[in-house]
Amino acid sequence: MGTASDIKLINEDGLRLDGRSADELRPMKIETDVLARADGSAYIEWGGNKILVAVYGPREAFPKHTQDIDKAVVKARYNMAAFSVDERKRPGPDRRSMEISKVISEALSSAVMVNQFPRAEIDVYIEVLQADAGTRIAGLTASSVALAAAGIPMKDMVVGCTAGKVEGQVVLDLSKEEDNFGQADLPMAVLPKSGNVVLLQMDGDLSVEEFEKASSMILEATKKIHKIQRDALAGKYKAIALERSGE
Amino acid sequence: MVKTREIVFPGDIVQAEGTKPRNGTYRNSDGTYSSCYFGTVQVSEQFLDVVPFSGIYMPRRGDKVIGKIIDVGPSMWVIDINSAYNTLLHINDTPWRVNPGDLKRFLGVGDYVYAKIMSVNEIRESWVTLKDVGLRKMEGGHITSIAAPKIPRIIGKGGSMVNMIKDATSTRIVVGQNGLIWIDGAPENVMVAISAIRMVEEEAHTTGLTDRMQKYLEEKKGEIVGNSE
Repeated sequence: MGTASDIKLINEDGLRLDGRSADELRPMKIETDVLARADGSAYIEWGGNKILVAVYGPREAFPKHTQDIDKAVVKARYNMAAFSVDERKRPGPDRRSMEISKVISEALSSAVMVNQFPRAEIDVYIEVLQADAGTRIAGLTASSVALAAAGIPMKDMVVGCTAGKVEGQVVLDLSKEEDNFGQADLPMAVLPKSGNVVLLQMDGDLSVEEFEKASSMILEATKKIHKIQRDALAGKYKAIALERSGE
Repeated sequence: MVKTREIVFPGDIVQAEGTKPRNGTYRNSDGTYSSCYFGTVQVSEQFLDVVPFSGIYMPRRGDKVIGKIIDVGPSMWVIDINSAYNTLLHINDTPWRVNPGDLKRFLGVGDYVYAKIMSVNEIRESWVTLKDVGLRKMEGGHITSIAAPKIPRIIGKGGSMVNMIKDATSTRIVVGQNGLIWIDGAPENVMVAISAIRMVEEEAHTTGLTDRMQKYLEEKKGEIVGNSE
């Protein structure tokens, strides 16, 4: 955060490096059922992020001491491929990925109806193939699609987005450069129906006003992202239904 | 207001005139009901259900299921029923006189049984029994599986769909509530039956499936007769 640089992140017209305005999202694409072996899966491309998610379960939790007698545990594992970033990332879990796994697990647990599956676990494997800022939120957004595709009961989908401060201005959905050289980064995930916040982190500093602005921008953006999630899920089934009814 | 076969997502509000939301829904704090699955709506005379597109089987008392023996203990068999939890079969719940420690003579690892869920407790431990009409060890045949929520579609109204497939392919079919299906017959007929089941699985959320299936089976039947001549 706040590394000194000569790069002008926002130009005179108020446009950002990639030509977006302050409240514009990067292009996003979600696909479901991309893996045959998994119970549910999703693939997301969000800006330069490319992330694959596989969901397994619910199945009996193993090792046995991780079981909870009255609810299922959601075990998300966020993992970055060695080739996902500019400089080779040393493979394996590290402090950052363990933290992200934890916050994603907790965010998903508040949507999944864990009480229906005592002693069980739900595995969510998040593999980041290419990283370009906002991977935790992209991974979480794709995870909730994969969970829905796996037929796991949920109260609501989980939708996330980031906002941040760049050159003193609050902007939505930070890109790599803005994340590295900006002043603040605010990833946030909500349950769109109730508006409950299930993930909120902040790197850098925001004033109360800036925070309010950033969070309202995110809430507005989650509506669009939620629509993309739903379209991704329904696509295949709607196509079959339409094809058959037309016969 | 939602209609039958409408696609809904987790969290979507579901309601239809004069029906009570039942399976696959949950109550919100304001008294409305929401779907907890990504699936389709099924409106019957009294109730509204959400049927998910996929998902695992959850054992319910009285269900007849097909299970695979995965372990043999001193007095129990451990059975995989395609669910999050394994189930148990005790020697006293079989029609045979089994001596403790001599279980392998009757059922070994890898055998399939058609059993009934006898009881399920709060932590989803369950026990099955073989003591009822039609329950048995599966001898021969092929096993195929589909998503458990689609089983009612395979069976059809009063068993119409599965009977149609049975008659058209002259195979014996046993459908377990847990998504496993046992098929026995001539290999080419079994292949046709499996392809028909796959078709039902793929198009479970569409209307007019029975008529399309009838057509499909007649076509396939013609092919088989044509080949053998």
